[in-house]
Parts: sequence; structure tokens; C-alpha cells
Amino acid sequence: MLPNEAMLAGNEATHVRIQSSADIVAARQEGRALASRAGFSSSNLTVIATAISEIARNIVEYAKEGEVTIMLINDGPRKGVEVIATDRGPGIPDIATVMRDGYSTGRGMGIGLPGARRLMDEFEISSEVGKGTTVRMRKWG
Amino acid sequence: MAVPILKQSHYLIASIQSVLSDKDLIDLRDDLAELVGEHRARGVIIDVTALDVLDSFATRTLRAIAYTTKLRGAETVIVGIQPDVALAMVQLGLTLQDVPTALDLEEGLTFLNQRLEGSHAAE
Repeated sequence: MLPNEAMLAGNEATHVRIQSSADIVAARQEGRALASRAGFSSSNLTVIATAISEIARNIVEYAKEGEVTIMLINDGPRKGVEVIATDRGPGIPDIATVMRDGYSTGRGMGIGLPGARRLMDEFEISSEVGKGTTVRMRKWG
Repeated sequence: MAVPILKQSHYLIASIQSVLSDKDLIDLRDDLAELVGEHRARGVIIDVTALDVLDSFATRTLRAIAYTTKLRGAETVIVGIQPDVALAMVQLGLTLQDVPTALDLEEGLTFLNQRLEGSHAAE
């Protein structure tokens, strides 16, 4: 690969404002479209779209609004996709608890965040009560 | 986008044509609960072949549809879950629990025919 192509790949990103359940669909479609350019298999594209759906729904459910950013990344020859979901919602007091399967304070099954972590290769969550939550996750091709 | 629902003998067939928002799925659940009574349907087939993602909300709503129609006297079978979708659902930790599934529309009809024959035999 040419060096400038690698740089371009690293810079390609898409932002989706999340305010309603329709935006969840938009985020996963944008994510799938962008990730398809990184050469992911079709099953991994579905995995990425599903993980985006879960974290975007978490925004709608708990923070009402936020943003999902999807970008192509590379680590040497390795290509991947990074997804960052941010909101200025109520924040999560106890992250260990929400990352446990089946824990939910909303309408959900409590599968969203731990499920997204299982789908992706890397997963980080940071949150401050009263300030908001950021989820950063990556999948490598 | 609303899901078209067709009636074929004593079955209702909901054929999902495109990507669905959460609201579309909730509408489908509510519509089917009504239509089972209106058409005196004994079975419901939900064809999800066109869906490229089944996340936790969609899975939960499909289960809710199956339980709701069951309370109204109709058996629901989900057909057409794509291979990639099935793989992602398993990784995410989702199941449809005891909701019956079949490969495609044809298998779904066969399933319901057998199921209803069985219930006649038991009557």
C-alpha cells in the first residue's frame, strides 16, 4: 500500500448525530459502509453494525442524545475500524456493574454494552456522573 | 417503513422489506396483535430475510410478537435469519429462546402446517 493511502485510510471518518431510534439505523448503516472499505468480511461487517447498534441505542435510552463517530484506522499493514460513542448524559456511577450481562436500569435486556464488548476486539468505556459517557471500540480486519 | 402483512389461508405473513427502526418493529407487534383477531389467524410468519442486523432490541421485540400472538391464539415462526446475522447474534449473546425459527418462508409454512395438524389431532 502507498503511504498516502494509509494516511487517507487513517483519516476517513463519519459522524452520526444520535437523537432518535432512526439515528441508530443511520449509525449502523454508515458504519457498515465505511468498514466495508477496510476489507472486512461480510460476517465482520454485520458484527460491527450490530455493535454500533447497541452502543447507539444506549445513547438514545440513557442520554437522549450524543454522537457516534466511525473511522478507519491502521496499525502498520493491519486495517481496522474504530467506533467512538459520546454523550453528555447522566453518566454511569459503576461501570463494572453495567458491564455485567443482564444488568439494566432501562427498557433493555442489559446486553448492550457487554454484548458490544464481545463483538469487538478492543473496548473501553469511561464515564463521569453528571458529565457523560464515552465508549471507544475497535475491530481489526 | 411499515411492514406489509399478507393473509394466506389461516396464516398471516409479515414480510420485512427493508431496514426497520425500533418504532417500525413496535408497530409490527401492535398490528399483528390486532390482525390475528381480525383474520382469525392460526399462525404468523415473520420473514426477516431482508434484515442485515438483529440487535438486542429487535430480538426482544420479535420475542414479544411471538408471545403476544400466542396469547391471541396464533403460533409465530421467524424465518430467514441470514448466516451473518445468526453469527453476530450468538456472539452478542442473543437467543430467541423458545420462539420457533425456520430457514425460509417455505419451511415456515411447513412448520405451521405440522404444528396445526398436531393441535387438531390433539383436539
